[in-house]
Formats: sequence, structure tokens, C-alpha cells
Amino acid sequence: MGFDNAYEAITEEVDDHRWAFGTGFVEPLSGIDAALPTGVAGDDVAAYCLMLGDDALIMSHRLQQWLTNAPELEEETALANIALDLLGQARLLFTRAGAADGSGRDEDAYAFLRSEAEFRNVRLVEPVDIDFAGLVVRLLVFSTWRLALLQRLRGTHDPILSAVAGRGVNEVTYHRDYAAQWVVRLGDGTDFSRQRIIAALAVVAPFVDELFVASDIERRLVDVDVAVQPSALRPEVEAVLIEVLGSAGLVWPHGCAANTVAADAPAAAGHDGRHLAELRDAVAELQSVARACPGAVW
Amino acid sequence: MTGHAEAVTRARAIAGSVPDPELPMLTLADLGVLRDVVAVGEHLQVSLTPTYLGCPALREMGQDVCRRLAAAGFDDVEVRTVLSPPWTTDWITGEGRRKLADAGIAPPHPAPRRAAGPVPLTLTLERPQVACPNCGSSRTAQVSAFGATACRALYRCSTCAEPFEYVKEI
Repeated sequence: MGFDNAYEAITEEVDDHRWAFGTGFVEPLSGIDAALPTGVAGDDVAAYCLMLGDDALIMSHRLQQWLTNAPELEEETALANIALDLLGQARLLFTRAGAADGSGRDEDAYAFLRSEAEFRNVRLVEPVDIDFAGLVVRLLVFSTWRLALLQRLRGTHDPILSAVAGRGVNEVTYHRDYAAQWVVRLGDGTDFSRQRIIAALAVVAPFVDELFVASDIERRLVDVDVAVQPSALRPEVEAVLIEVLGSAGLVWPHGCAANTVAADAPAAAGHDGRHLAELRDAVAELQSVARACPGAVW
Repeated sequence: MTGHAEAVTRARAIAGSVPDPELPMLTLADLGVLRDVVAVGEHLQVSLTPTYLGCPALREMGQDVCRRLAAAGFDDVEVRTVLSPPWTTDWITGEGRRKLADAGIAPPHPAPRRAAGPVPLTLTLERPQVACPNCGSSRTAQVSAFGATACRALYRCSTCAEPFEYVKEI
């Protein structure tokens, strides 16, 4: 401690009082029993971990793209914190995937060495936000859905998924509250801010049904009490969205749940690897350093 | 006490006295992240719990623990991560809370005990009142729920006009 300038502080040899972060993280699940529950296919657990991990990673990346662009420093700090929490969830889920599928791949292999077609996130996390209203509306829907999911995932038979969910619930509760407060403030603010929120709701709405559709892998894992049944989340998610939007005098663009389940039930698009074009750019940026300088550490 | 048990007690004290990289006024024991120290023969296992899943300080903590234990003659040390049950600010000790307040950081309120069922939104809930660590006034307002690190929120005191940080309950 006690440096004259910042450069001196970051170039100083590691002592035990300060940050010294770079790559070369220790394996985040070191010392944790990685055994799978009996009767559960490791490949399915790995695929499920990638769904949950990719949701967190891509949403985190989109949040990080706001840094230096947020309207105020406090908001930037908040977005960075939320992005970091989600990145922490992704790291553990990727590490779990590498243990469950027997490949032994580490977190970097999943984040940096897959093509975008191999990502298994929902499409909700993919679009570029047009403005801050777009971000907070998307974050509200995402964190409301993820909170409902993680709450139920605490009861899974997989001990590591259960532990990640147990910690994640408390973190995502803060994320949801942050987004909800902004949606109410802007939705019930000026005519302009209200119009921006309404426009953002229209952008996000087409990606909501997908959140409640089970892929084949999720169906198999629901049967063995490892995964959460996606359709079971719908009532809670909708109740929260109605409450938040109602506080701002707004309604969900499609009306609500009951009448959105159309004859042509939506497919599990993102979880089956079908994505928007925007994901390609996000993944390219995310992986640019790792691809340009393979194995680089600093 | 046998020599073996004495060694574990000594190792626990050393590991527990390592300062937190983010809140250096607190030790790992104050913060409540040191979960266990056990010896299997000469092999020492130190268990740590991350505060937040994304908290990058966990790695620093583990390295600092190993370094300090090595300096005290413990050469065979393994740092293990314990995820469950998750860390809560309720585990910050009384001593830790006093040190936070002395450093101008408001210590956390008790973490919410939630019943089963959906987590309620805070839109309509009253936030707990946070007393200013500088002047003691209760006329304070939250500036941001997110601060310089994951565990802190930003507040401002309306009486003494000083900004301050609050370790938010989780």
C-alpha cells in the first residue's frame, strides 16, 4: 500500500494486500466433489450447464458493452457488478460441464473456443440494446426468469448446480430489483422515457415464450430431478412483470400469458443452437483476444 | 492438546488472520469466509467460501493463505472451495462489524430470512435504515445499490453530507 501513483501500484510485485488479477485463475471448483447423481447422463448435465452458463456469459458480455457508455457512473458500476456476478455463475457452470461430460475442458475452452453455433443460450440475451431503456427492460425479463429458475434449481439432485443456484438466488435478487426500479422510473417518467420503455418491451416480447419451452435435454433431466421444468416458471415470471409494469402504468405488449400460448407452440430455439445474427458479433468480440493470442496470460 | 491439534490450531489462526483483499481492515476470519482447517497427516486442507460467485478475490485469498502458512512452516497446503451453504453477511463477526464501522463503512443489517415461495420485489418494501458511520445520523439515502465491489452499496448522509459505503446484506 502507499504508492505514489497508480502505475507503481499495478507494476509492484504481488504482496498480500492488493489486487493482482490477470488470467491464470485457479480452477473454480477445486476441492469440490464432482460426482454425478446416480442414473443421470453426464452429457445431459454438461449440456444443461452450458445452457445456464451461456445465458449468463452472453448477458454478462452485453452488460459489459455498456461500460463507458452508461448515463451515469453509478449505473456503470451497477452494470459492471451485475455482469461480474453473472460471469461468476458462468465460470462455475462451465467448469461443471467439463467435469460432467468427461472431456475435462476448462472454463476458457467453453467461453473462447466454441463457435457461435455451439452456444446454447436463449435468444433473449443476444440482441444489442438500442438504448438504456432497452437494456433495463431486457435485464428485468432476464433476471426475473433467472431468479425463478435458480430458486427452483436449489432443489436439484446435482450438488454443484444446487450450490450455484443457492448463491445465485441472492445475487440475482439484487439484479432484478435494480432493473425493476429503472423500468418503473423510466416507464412512469417523461413522455419520452415512457415511449422508450414501450418500444423496448416490443423488442423483448418475441423472445419471452422461448424461456418456457423445454428442449429434449431439459425434458430428460426434469424426469430425473436435475433440471427445472421451464413451463413451471411462467406464472411467477408473468406475475412479477405485471407487478413491475403495473407500477409504471404499463402493460405487457401481448396482454398476458394465458392468451400467448398459440396453436403453434414456440420451439426451444436458443437451447437447440438456433440463434440471432447478433450472437455471431458478440461471440467474435468476446473471443477476439483468445483467438489472436492463444494461451496468452498476463 | 497433542502436537497435531496444536499445529491445526496454529494454522487456523494464521489462515484466519489473512487480510481480505477488498476490505483489508477485515481478516478472513472476521469476514466469515474461512470455513475449516483440517490436517490429514502432514497435509493441510483449508476451506474457503466465496462471498459472491464472481468475486475474483477468492483466488487472492487462497494464495495469501498458502504464502503465510508456508512462511510458518506449513509446506503441504491445499485450498478447497466450499460453495454450500452460500456465504451470507450474517457470518461477518462482531469484531468484523466494529472494524468496518471504524473504517467508515456501515456494517450490514441481518440478511433477509425469506419464506418459501417467490422472492418479493423491493419496489414497495421499505429499505432498512442505515446509520451514517461518520456522524451517526439516520438521515441517509442510498445513492446506488452497487459500489466499488460486489458487496458494497453507496450511501450519502444528509446531516454531515459525507458519502459512505454500506456492506449490503445478502
